[in-house]
Amino acid sequence: MEFLSYFGNVFEPVSFMLLLGGTIGGLILGATPGLSPTMAVALLIPFTFHLAPHQGLILLGAAYTSTIAGGAVSAILLNIPGAPANIATALDGHEMAKRGEGAKALHLSFMSSAVGGVIGVLLLIFLTPVLAKWALAFGPSHLFWIAILGVTVIGTLDSKSFVKGLLSGCIGLWLSMIGYDDIQGVQRFIFADALTGGINIIAALIGLFAIPQVLEMLSKGRALADIDVITVRQQSLTASFREMISNMKALSIGTITGSIIGIIPGVGGQIAGLVAYDQTKKFSSNSHKFGTGHPEGVIAAESANNAMVGPSLIPLLTLSIPGSPTAAVLLGGLLIHGIFPGPDLFQNHAAVAWTFIDSMLIGQFLMVIFGIYIANLAAKIAQVPRSILAAGVFILAVFGAYSVQQSMGDVHVMIALGVGMFFLEKFGFSAAPLVLGLILGPIAESNFLQGNLIAGAQDGPAIYFLTGTLNLVLISLVILSVLFAFWSTKKANAALAKSEQGGSA
Amino acid sequence: MNNQNTRNIQQISAAVLVLAVAAMVAWLSYTREPASAFLFPRYISIAFLVLSVWNFLRAATGIAKTGGGLDTASAMRLAPGLIIMAIYIFWLAKYLGFYVASTLTFFTLFAIYDPKAHTSLRSWLIRALVTIGFMAIMYGLFALVLKVQLPRGMFI
Repeated sequence: MEFLSYFGNVFEPVSFMLLLGGTIGGLILGATPGLSPTMAVALLIPFTFHLAPHQGLILLGAAYTSTIAGGAVSAILLNIPGAPANIATALDGHEMAKRGEGAKALHLSFMSSAVGGVIGVLLLIFLTPVLAKWALAFGPSHLFWIAILGVTVIGTLDSKSFVKGLLSGCIGLWLSMIGYDDIQGVQRFIFADALTGGINIIAALIGLFAIPQVLEMLSKGRALADIDVITVRQQSLTASFREMISNMKALSIGTITGSIIGIIPGVGGQIAGLVAYDQTKKFSSNSHKFGTGHPEGVIAAESANNAMVGPSLIPLLTLSIPGSPTAAVLLGGLLIHGIFPGPDLFQNHAAVAWTFIDSMLIGQFLMVIFGIYIANLAAKIAQVPRSILAAGVFILAVFGAYSVQQSMGDVHVMIALGVGMFFLEKFGFSAAPLVLGLILGPIAESNFLQGNLIAGAQDGPAIYFLTGTLNLVLISLVILSVLFAFWSTKKANAALAKSEQGGSA
Repeated sequence: MNNQNTRNIQQISAAVLVLAVAAMVAWLSYTREPASAFLFPRYISIAFLVLSVWNFLRAATGIAKTGGGLDTASAMRLAPGLIIMAIYIFWLAKYLGFYVASTLTFFTLFAIYDPKAHTSLRSWLIRALVTIGFMAIMYGLFALVLKVQLPRGMFI
């Protein structure tokens, strides 16, 4: 029950204001189509640089949770999911809004998000220390394989093409090696002065997640569809609460599905929402009503995508493997404060880690309170023209990248990576595995070199890295993640070919 | 058919570019000294190269299906924005100062991509007010709250 002793830190004036600001700002950003939770968190990281570590993490954690919940506002009122995690919410939420039940849909969405979110954070609280204690026994060879596993899992699961996913991971690993070698001080792959100190992670995160979205908005030009926002008429909160309780099956399926999916590295909220929606539909006696504005659809999708948030941080905090792309950005936020997540996080930085987790628990309640009351305002902000969003995010990205080290070199690196990523994404590559390679590269390399030194004094590298139960388990997981991705890509391609044949027949 | 050909050519071009980067990384890793400093890059470069060759073969044989490439119309719409961004970052910010350059860039990007009428005085007034409002927030946040010293040129 160690987490209880750190609740006071969350209620310090500055920390609480940041939690409040992060929650409200996250709800608004989440409701804005085109601004993903990952990008919102990446853009916030430079601001945390000026804060104490626990305060910075409170801000990022609040933004992570509430951007996903905020995405439901535009999904329900505009039929545009604010984030990929809210795709399933739009299916029934917008239909409810169209027939005048917008307030009920929003109430159900935020209440079930909070229930899912609280259960998810409780899992984080109770599972993380157990796994962290277990992970304390890990040596350099295990940490090396864990870093490689992080890259392969995200590379294969977060990408539509597993070859391109793994290639993105390799590009990230290569980028992480640019600069001076830590042990011998040898220059590696330095092609320009801006690269002398290596690639700054924050500049890279901003570039890789924000710039491609800016360019995507610009590539659509002036064409702007007129969006009709459905105005919400106030309805009884108590009635909505009763409705949620009466749909306990959907709430339970959503929460359990989201929690399980969150723990699996690399899967993320989009999958959680859709799988929970699908499972709830299968188990529902009203399955024919799904898609026509059925409350169970909203409850399942929203409880799942927020239940995913807490568990997605378990592999991050215990093993340094982020459970989602946004968790990967949070890893960057931890590293800039000199906090290395992993087995000894709860020994060396217990106050920071527990305050962060406690703030996520309190953040769930703030989210439901503010979510309901600012939904109308958020939906109006969601209509901000793309031209303003693109210009604003771009300028903010430049200011953010510069402010970390006061270096124009970082801005050049940020824009080069961002433009490069935009074009790579057009050909099926994705940013998440690249970022993972960039972040986990130094961890993999330092453990690889340490392991080599130890192996030199023992039986050699092959025995050290390739034998032992834990090494074999981790190697098997690496191979399994690649094989699974290969199999699922083949299956998806076969289904695509079949549907194309069916279409042409 | 034309679209399919263009898409295939784009896929092959992207695959060739990635293959060239992988080959360069492998070549540098295996030719630079001291070898011990390039031990880890050597292992990674092998994986990088093998995957790049695989990716190239998939693109060359038309198997690669993910990613639709960039169509000419989108590229044309994107070009002015990219040019403005490059001018801002590599030239304008240095000579005019960060805030003035950012104000001009925000206003230009907003004006070019704004779907509202470009002949109406009211639209231009709104654009100017939004730009001033946005930059005032940026100044307040970075200069007054975070106390970040941004580069100065002829102006601030």
